[in-house]
Amino acid sequence: MSATQSEATLEVQDLKMFFPVTRGLLRKKIAEIKAVNEVSFKIMRDETLGLVGESGCGKTTVGRCTLRQYEPTGGRIIFDGENISSYPKKRLRKIRRKMALVFQDPYSSLDPRQAAGRIVGEPLKIHKMCASKGEYNDRVEALFRMVGLDPAMMDRYPHEFSGGQRQRIGLARALACEPSLIVCDEPVSALDVSIQAQIINLLDSLKEKIRGLSYLFIAHDLSVVKHVSDRVAVMYLGRILEITQSQTLYENPLHPYTRALLSAIPIADPFVEEKRENIILKGEVPSSLNPPTGCAFHPRCFMAVPECSRTEPELRDINADHRVACIRV
Amino acid sequence: MVKAVDGVSFHIGEREIVSIVGESGCGKSVSLLSVMRLIKAPGEIVGGKVLFEGRDLLNYEANGPEMRSIRGARIAMIFQEPMTSLNPVLTIRQQLTEMLGLHMGIRGEAAQRRAVALMSLAGIPAASERLDDYPHHFSGGMRQRVMIAMAISCNPGILIADEPTTALDVTTQAQLLKVMKDMVQKLGTSLVIVTHNLGLVARYAQRIYVMYAGKIVESGTTKSIFSHPRHPYTVGLLQCIPRLDREKSQRLVPIEGLPPNLVNMPDKCAFLPRCPRRIRECYEKPWPPFVRANEDHRFRCYAEDSADERHAE
Repeated sequence: MSATQSEATLEVQDLKMFFPVTRGLLRKKIAEIKAVNEVSFKIMRDETLGLVGESGCGKTTVGRCTLRQYEPTGGRIIFDGENISSYPKKRLRKIRRKMALVFQDPYSSLDPRQAAGRIVGEPLKIHKMCASKGEYNDRVEALFRMVGLDPAMMDRYPHEFSGGQRQRIGLARALACEPSLIVCDEPVSALDVSIQAQIINLLDSLKEKIRGLSYLFIAHDLSVVKHVSDRVAVMYLGRILEITQSQTLYENPLHPYTRALLSAIPIADPFVEEKRENIILKGEVPSSLNPPTGCAFHPRCFMAVPECSRTEPELRDINADHRVACIRV
Repeated sequence: MVKAVDGVSFHIGEREIVSIVGESGCGKSVSLLSVMRLIKAPGEIVGGKVLFEGRDLLNYEANGPEMRSIRGARIAMIFQEPMTSLNPVLTIRQQLTEMLGLHMGIRGEAAQRRAVALMSLAGIPAASERLDDYPHHFSGGMRQRVMIAMAISCNPGILIADEPTTALDVTTQAQLLKVMKDMVQKLGTSLVIVTHNLGLVARYAQRIYVMYAGKIVESGTTKSIFSHPRHPYTVGLLQCIPRLDREKSQRLVPIEGLPPNLVNMPDKCAFLPRCPRRIRECYEKPWPPFVRANEDHRFRCYAEDSADERHAE
């Protein structure tokens, strides 16, 4: 593969995912939930893009659409240079080998009736990646080692593992077919704090070891996202409000929602906390069934002007690699 | 036998915000459920004292009249899951006025007025119109506000919040903790925050207790503990969480291993198998006693204690 530094592993253009709301026996469509609306981003080779937002903002739906687990309502998904948005199922299957998903809940995402070794090796069988039984065994063993599990535990069942170990099994399964993109959907939020660090470090070291691996890291915890990601996109009610380098996002957040989100996350240091800006937002996230007109954030925004309720702000370039959707910036 | 909580002592001053920190299963919730006498069989409180306003609550029957007049009224509690702790088939009016009638003898028109006032205090907009709504009409954050309104309805001396915002979004979390902090100032309540989130602790608590495997391993003022943590577990916790103000290049230092199983624990420091600083003494002696680091900062660790002595010499 001719992998140059500037090549994008994934490019999402104008992604739209609308879910119908139906009523009655005939399931007549009465409304639409715009779960994802006009979302565009790129993930470069070897890059981690963080997708952050509160519950219901559409971040998981973006991840699902990327893998075409949902059929998007509109937009283009370009993976490794191929537009896969209209691929038929059979053709999609070959591409899917190169993308994997790691789930939030390490308890329900592993089949309780299969031994860990079989769970990890299943993708290899499905995609017929091994020529012989011996090669299969070697590869499963190598995958166990790669995620820090003892291959001697291959015959154990998921219930015999702790939460952190299960998440390692999930990662080994994701790595089985040597993907170029792993979508991690809240991979550490179900784990205890002392275990979270182990998994975060594992994700980091895997990326150092495997050339050409990119992550789409979806989480609600901005401190975790910032630590893991090279760039971060902030979502609110189905749209990206700000996207930039993760360090820039922390040092120079421009969108008022990003500023409020950052200030809402306490830092574990009482001396730092004393000096921090404390923005308390008004109200709650509105329903995506009936989103506000204009900028979706304006009813809660502390910088809003009358204009904000009329015009829908476009995501525009502020400077190189920093895009914001706000007319007040 | 599981000793969920063993030899735990803590105190809460008037108008103080105290936090009990630890990972799941460390006994932080059980300690406070014991204070409330809400331990279900086969669990039992086998020893200790709970002194509240000069009386030992363990002298009373768990469901006797004394305990019932204290629980929910003088010591109130907010739980993690606002959906499961509200009754889904009763309106908010019924649930709020029930408390006022039982504990304060306020009924009828007066109870309605007070219920509306409490809801506004907890930050529920258009409170009077929402009195006849059921819990499922409210969002998660609003339900937790209803819980707060109920908890403060009888002017409690202590408000215990057990992981109050864990299930909620961060911007809602910030709103609710602000409400609770204002309560402490306005109503003169003491607030106990039970959490695993060290950030919340740093932002809101004046004093903290760090728990591990059913015991308190370190306690002190928030500033003293964060600026100079002494117990290796506290040090580990602070190093393993990603912080917004740190560069990506700084690697996290995870605590190796897993939290212990509390069944038939040996009488040794429970953190020993995971401890990076363990010394011979740790294997030979029982749980270390508390050592005083300064006026209000104590910890229990042989390794740190002997390092201290070497410094003194």
